Amino acid sequence: MSYCRQEGKDRIIFVTKEDHETPSNAELIADDPNDPYEEQGLILPNGEINWNCPCLGGMASGPCGTQFKEAFSCFHYSKEEVKGSECIDNFRNMQECMQRYPELYPQEEDNESSSQAESNTGAPSATSAPNSDSTLADAASESAPSSASTPPTDSQTAS
Amino acid sequence: MLTCKTVWRKLAPLARASSTVCRQNVGRAGLNNVRRPAGSPVAHMSTGPAGGGGDNRLYVLLVGAACLGGGVYAYQTVKGDKQRYQERLSEIASRPNKAAAEQPDTFIQLEAPAVPSTETQEAQISETPVSASAKESSPPAPADEVSAPSETTEPPPAAEPVVEAPTEEPAEQPAVPVVEDEPSPPSDPSPPELTEPPPAPVVESVESESTAAAESPAAETPAPQAEVVAESETPAAGTAPSPAKIPSHAPYLLIGGGTASFAAARSIRARDPGARVLIVTEESDLPYMRPPLSKELWFSDDPSVTDTLRFKQWNGKERSIYFQPPSFYISPEDLNSIENGGVAVLTGKKVMHMDVRGNKVQLEDSTEISYDKCLIATGGVPRNLQVIERAGEEVMKKTTLFRKIDDFKALDKVSRNLKSITIIGGGFLGSELACALGRRSADSGLEVIQMFPEKGNMGKVLPEYLSNWTTEKVKREGVKILSEALVKNVTHKDDKVEIQLKDGRVVKTDHIVAAVGLEPNVDLAKSAGLEVDSDFGGYRVNAELQARSNIWVAGDAACFYDIRLGRRRVEHHDHAVVSGRLAGENMTGASKPYWHQSMFWSDLGPDVGYEAIGIVDSSLPTVGVFAKATAKDTPKAATEKSGTGIRSESETEAVATSPVATSPAASPTPAPPAQQQKEDYGKGVIFYLRDKVVVGIILWNVFNRMPIARKIIKDGEEHADLNEVAKLFNIHDD
Repeated sequence: MSYCRQEGKDRIIFVTKEDHETPSNAELIADDPNDPYEEQGLILPNGEINWNCPCLGGMASGPCGTQFKEAFSCFHYSKEEVKGSECIDNFRNMQECMQRYPELYPQEEDNESSSQAESNTGAPSATSAPNSDSTLADAASESAPSSASTPPTDSQTAS
Repeated sequence: MLTCKTVWRKLAPLARASSTVCRQNVGRAGLNNVRRPAGSPVAHMSTGPAGGGGDNRLYVLLVGAACLGGGVYAYQTVKGDKQRYQERLSEIASRPNKAAAEQPDTFIQLEAPAVPSTETQEAQISETPVSASAKESSPPAPADEVSAPSETTEPPPAAEPVVEAPTEEPAEQPAVPVVEDEPSPPSDPSPPELTEPPPAPVVESVESESTAAAESPAAETPAPQAEVVAESETPAAGTAPSPAKIPSHAPYLLIGGGTASFAAARSIRARDPGARVLIVTEESDLPYMRPPLSKELWFSDDPSVTDTLRFKQWNGKERSIYFQPPSFYISPEDLNSIENGGVAVLTGKKVMHMDVRGNKVQLEDSTEISYDKCLIATGGVPRNLQVIERAGEEVMKKTTLFRKIDDFKALDKVSRNLKSITIIGGGFLGSELACALGRRSADSGLEVIQMFPEKGNMGKVLPEYLSNWTTEKVKREGVKILSEALVKNVTHKDDKVEIQLKDGRVVKTDHIVAAVGLEPNVDLAKSAGLEVDSDFGGYRVNAELQARSNIWVAGDAACFYDIRLGRRRVEHHDHAVVSGRLAGENMTGASKPYWHQSMFWSDLGPDVGYEAIGIVDSSLPTVGVFAKATAKDTPKAATEKSGTGIRSESETEAVATSPVATSPAASPTPAPPAQQQKEDYGKGVIFYLRDKVVVGIILWNVFNRMPIARKIIKDGEEHADLNEVAKLFNIHDD
């Protein structure tokens, strides 16, 4: 049984699980998916890639950022039957670049990092493969808020 | 002297008049005191005033002596100054000779700013001996050998040719290469830049060439850039390569090398392809994150943690507190030449002066760096208590103001060697450190005391009932709490520090940690002409974090306008990240206001962990909705159960949070299934209201629901029943 108490200006309510079972009648304002102020996911409303998405970690901003951007863009806009098949050169450049910085882009994760980046959703949740965390986290991590995991604009994954 | 005379002439009548009055008074007093035989005449000429010849002479003598003394003193001082100046200059001139004799590699630099805004001829010299095997960058030694300020515009003595020009345009070759610098062969295996000043006493030079083989990447650096060579050494893990050449221009200049700055650098690089970003920091470390310094690093099992600075995250994975390893960054001298740009960090350099009109800054050693866009992210400096500052050097030596990596290392050492530590301050930092040290006390017998003026821990953040509850938890971590404690006096006695409180209590301890707030660093406000906020401190900026056309401010130092919550200044990690990113976006043309609300978190022991967002001030009315708790509801239990990190991973990529997942036997068994007390605030949600609108929310031992909290604050609606709002959080679920 829930009960309520007032201590000066502070109110304290204790609730049981049953009390909270009925759905909430609190009203929230609908979000505008095109709100320019909001943090965007990986893909912007206009279809472009959001290079500043925290989900990418530092991939687009590190020493191999340019190569990464080229490869990923090519892939994203690819209309081929096998998506990205014409982007082999870009990916090779990226891989070569990354091999020069093993500290930043751990070698054994190389294949993972490129594929993860493509298929990554906007908000890495705890349940996402630990690998992505390690590549993104170890390779280039910082604490940056990713877009909140629930915004509607969130990710269309690239593939 | 002439002015003296005229002044004296003016004052003389006045002086005479007043002295006359004095003499009269003296005379009268004298008269009164002198015993007179009754009936004898009153006039006593010997002690009489006005015209008493002896007195007059005395007076003249005194005044004359004073004038003479003054004149002599003035003359001596002026002469002495001139002599000292000469000595100084000649000493400086001879220094390079001495240095050259002592070490094979030396070199220097400096140039006087060509800009006539300051004195035209300001000679400055600094030397930076490069120690061949030193691991650390040596900014302390060299950096500020100094300036010999010329006192007037008079040119320095002939022995020192004056030098000019730091040219800001790379194209312009310094026209006055005053000194031939012969590159000497690098004596290090690691390629440093060396130049050896010739024996001639000329010391200033404008450096342009980089020595040959030394730097292969630098090989592509166009020599004509008037760059200042400082030194270069192999970086130690985490410490930056000591400043090499300082570029004279940086398209994006970030002042300050902390979290906000790094977030901005990343944002800029993501949005502006090939951007060239220069971070200038007075610390000697590369950008790193602070939260682990008072949390995770203390819980690490690794004995070498003070060197590696690595910690375990919620999800068990280890990482360094440095955002990126040194290989991420490019060298400052390559900044303008490297093909795809990059982020360069100039460590150990402090920006002293900012010229907004000319779009440039000046470092401590007078080097100038011009910019296109500038970010000020200078953070702040820990505050100290006045009583401690006044207490003298002995006490100051036993006091730690905790903020940087060095402070962590020092405190770690102290905690292993000393018997008693007192933490003054009951806020985030103080409480976290108290818990961290308290945990250590279980093994080592260290006495940990925490004192603060409030009634309970986090007294300014949590509503009273919760603050009291939290204080009990902190006590269980092994901390002796002295609440409602105001420090009156601190003294050093018998090799211990004695703290006297206003209510009479006395605490004897070995070491003090003062965690009493942060003073935002607004040193550049004056020279840059930037506004400083009087309510919150920090630079005043608009909703888009802009102070002036090309100047943004982010992080602890920014007092910004939050569209939803009003003007404020936030000193939390996530805010530094959010504001840094936003500033970076706006520096690359985005024009977005501060909208994504930042959050913060804290962990106090294994039983208390919370995340919060918005304005969380205990003076606001609050509504707390708590679930009747079970044993499952603690951060520790949550981690163990899910086996993965859940602390709002959606918030940040790699959030540095979490108490140790494995709790040592020291703490009692995790919350027993039955409630110990009638009211156990195991988990819940607390709403902070301002005019009936929710402006802040704390998620108490409830994790991964921050997006909902953010939404509620963003809406800014008046909710009639907050219990209904609380339902949205599903606090009973895990």
